[in-house]
This record gives sequence, C-alpha cells and structure tokens, in this order.
Amino acid sequence: MNDWALNFKAGIARAHARAIGAMREPSWVVFDVILPLLGVAAYIYYYRALGADPIFEGFVILGGAMTAFWLNVLWGMAAQLYWEREVGNFQLFMITPMSRMALLAGMALGGLFTSSIRALSTLILGILIFQIKISVAEPLALATIFILTMLAVYGIGMMLSSLFLMYGRDAWNISNLLQEPVYLVSGFYFPIRELGLTISAVASLIPVTLGLDAMRQLLFGPASQGILPVWVEAIILAFQAAIFMILAKFSLDRMEQRSRREGRLTLRWQ
Amino acid sequence: MAIKDHLRTLKISAWLGWQIESNWARPSLFLLYSFIRPIAATLILVIMYLIVKQNVASEPALFSYMYLGATFYMFVSSVVFGITYVIHTDREHYQTLRNIYISPISLYVYLIGRAAGKVALATLAVIISLIFGIVVLGLPFNLLMVDWILFVPTMALGMACLISLGLALAGISLLTAKHSTSINEGVGGLVYLLCGAVFPITVLPAWGQAIGLTIPITYWLELIRRSLYPGEGIELLGGLQDFTDGTIMIFLLISTLIFTMLSLTMFHYADRIARKKGKLDMITTY
Repeated sequence: MNDWALNFKAGIARAHARAIGAMREPSWVVFDVILPLLGVAAYIYYYRALGADPIFEGFVILGGAMTAFWLNVLWGMAAQLYWEREVGNFQLFMITPMSRMALLAGMALGGLFTSSIRALSTLILGILIFQIKISVAEPLALATIFILTMLAVYGIGMMLSSLFLMYGRDAWNISNLLQEPVYLVSGFYFPIRELGLTISAVASLIPVTLGLDAMRQLLFGPASQGILPVWVEAIILAFQAAIFMILAKFSLDRMEQRSRREGRLTLRWQ
Repeated sequence: MAIKDHLRTLKISAWLGWQIESNWARPSLFLLYSFIRPIAATLILVIMYLIVKQNVASEPALFSYMYLGATFYMFVSSVVFGITYVIHTDREHYQTLRNIYISPISLYVYLIGRAAGKVALATLAVIISLIFGIVVLGLPFNLLMVDWILFVPTMALGMACLISLGLALAGISLLTAKHSTSINEGVGGLVYLLCGAVFPITVLPAWGQAIGLTIPITYWLELIRRSLYPGEGIELLGGLQDFTDGTIMIFLLISTLIFTMLSLTMFHYADRIARKKGKLDMITTY
C-alpha cells in the first residue's frame, strides 16, 4: 500500500472512530441538541429584555451554532493529543506507520461531522422556537464561506493540537481560556464592527471572526454591518486555511521531536 | 468526628484543590488566566448592552441588574461545578477517589474544601469585575451605600445553597461518568436561563417564570442586587417588586433549607448505590 492510500485509510479510520464514539451513547445526542440551545436562549431573552432589533436574535442563533465548531476545535482538536496521551492511546498512534497529519485530519473530519449535528440542530431549533427570519439569497456563496471557515478553523485546531502536545494541564486551561474571550473578540453574538476597526482587524486573525462576519452578511444583509466585502473575506479565509495547515505540519514535526527528546510523549498526570 | 478534624480536612483539601488549580503556571500567569475568562463572559453582555442602549447612564438600574447578576453568577459556576467536578477528576483522572473514601475523613468536608480554591478565585474575579465596572463602565456603586445587613446574610445563605446544589450534582456524578459533564452544563445553562441572572425573568414565558421562582438562586441574585445598588428602581425590574427584602430573604431561607435537605438525601442515596454497584473506582477514560 502506498503512503497516500495508507494515510487516507488512517484518516478515515480516525474520523470513523470519532463519529462512532460520539454516537455510542444515544443520550449524548439529546444533550448535544439541548445544551447549546440553553445558552442561545439566554442571549436571545437578554436582547429581548433590552428591546433590541429582532435581527440580533438571528446573530445569536448563528453565533450559537458556530460555537459547536469552535468548542470542537478547542476540545476535540487542540486538547485531543494531550487527552490521548493521558489515556495511553498516544504512544500507540506514534508507533503506527501513518502520517501524524493524517491522524489530525481524521480527527478534524470526525469532529466536523459530530459538531455539524450540534450546530445544525441549534440552527434549526433556534429558528423554529424563536421565529427567526433568515433568507439565504446566495446559498453557493454561503456554502463556500462555510467550507473555507471550517478549513481555516480546523487548521488552527491542528496547529494547536501539536503545540499542546508539550503541555500538561496547561492544555486544559488554555482551551478553557480560548472560549469566552474568543466569543467576545470574534463577535459570536453581535456584529464585530461594534468593537471598532482596530479590534476587528486583530480579531480577524482568528478565522471564525471573518467566517461569521461573512455568513452574517449573506444571511442578514446590510444590517449585519460587515467589516469587509464577502469576497475579500473569502480570499483571506482561503489564505488562512493554507497557512494554518502548513504551520500545523511544521509545529507537529517540531513538537514531536522535542517531546521525544524531553520524554514527554508518555508523560501523564502532569 | 471532632470539629478540629473537619477543619483540618477542610484546610488540607483546600490546599490540594488550590495546587491542582494553580500550580501548572507561574502565579501571575495563573491569576491572569483566572480572571480573563469570567471577565470576557461579562464583557460579551456589556457589549450587547451598549450596542442596544448606547450608554450606561440612560438606564443605570437596568445595567446594574445585568452586570451584578452576571458578576455574581460566577459563584454559581465556581461553587457548584467546583464541587461536582472533584468527583469526576478524582475518580477518572487522578484515580484517587477510592483512597479518599477509605481515609478517616468526611467526604462532604473534603468536597467543600476542594472547591474552596475555586471560590477564592471567583471572589477575586467578582471583585475585579466590580472594580472594572465602576471604573471603566460607570457602574453605579457606592461602598458606603451598600446595605451590608442585607448583603452579608444573603451571601451566606447563597453560598449554603450553592454548596448544597453542588453536593446534589456530585451525588449524580457518583453514578454516572458519561453524563456528569453534560448534566453540569445542563443544570448551569438552565439555572442561568431561568433564574434571571442577566435579564428579568418577566421576559420568559409564564412556565419559565414559574420554574424560575422555585430556584433559590433567583432570590439570592435579587437580594444581592437590592443590597448593592445605591439608588432606587432596581427592585422594580426583576418581577419580584411585590415582595419586600424580608419576604424574599424568607423565600431564600426556606428554599435553601429544602434544597439542602434534598441535596444531602440525594448525595447519601447516590453514595450508597455507587458503593453497591462498585462505581466508586469506575474509569471510563472519558
């Protein structure tokens, strides 16, 4: 079997394990559907209490759906190798003849599948329960932006997972730290332009910022106050996806060597 | 068991909890980490408020209602989930729960002690949030006008209520490994939504308001706001304007007592079942 075929099969196998793992306990699906809705509902009622324009409720639904992917990137990608090491799987991964990138790609693919269920259910139930008006005038553009956002966001996840390979409890804590602060600066629940152009520009280094901004523009029109035209955001997202993938490969190689030298590959309970 | 034994357990488990929480990083980095997340969560609400209302001065009571609720809700996550998560980590991650069980200490005291570090951090985060609110956002607050006679017993009762809720969830965590995180998140999300943490419960549907009025945290947050807000008008926002401070304190006291009894019963029952079914050292690698 050539390397490409082997790595392809390894990636699919890892994705399969992740998808099956998420489904092994049917009640998890219920939690996956209900939990994000609770947070979304709280933000919607908050906007209602403030007397905000109903379009903001749509922003909350979209942002709430996208949290599924960001949480998966943090906990299912970035912290995953730390987790695999804790439970003893990581050394098994290391002695297989597959590419480590195939492993990460498989994790991303499987994670994307499970997160999509959570995101889609939040989106559909949120729209139905709270009577949100959304019009998809350009479905192709929306799909393109979504795919580019996912490539870039999971690229970040792959990069972080290799960095976290060196960490102990830091990995856990840093993942925690990248939740609410990122929701804030990336404008998960409001148009990012409200934070000012400087903060928006810096926050755009996190791909989900531009992805959300573009999707808001495509779903809610000019009221979403986009920071850049959608096509520009698409180009930047494509660049970000490529750059993060390359950085992921680079940092994975470096961190693996360093971990081997420092004896961290099997270190647990740090 | 003598009081001094409990105090020693409390002290040592609090020290252990603090080490686990904090010794992965330099103290300065750790403190920064501890405050950024809760403050960012509050800032999301502040930005949302400012987008709609433009400034704090136009409706200071409404802003204070939201800000104080969001700030003091930090205690809910810290105390409740601090206690609950000990069961999960000690059983699954560190695999020491069985050792704790066979040692001559009270498990209740141990759990409360382990959560003490998180409570200390939450207290600091609340203080920093309040200072940030006052200095940067113009939150109406005056130390001299705080109703301390109302605030102190409210905090004491609130902490007792949160600890009992934490023990109830810890009991559930003894029986389930695959769901403990989801149950924590679910309870946290429901309480946040239904107790009017950041918005008056009057915006909820009638059934949501009815449930919200059975949760002691609703009354706790209402009294916290009334005791800290220097002006008048905040008591008109939360849907409890028909009740005096004293009446709400009685509601809080009664609901906390009921909650505590239910929680202790639940924990005791779960503990027995967990021992019977051999779940105390259950490891699911989850």
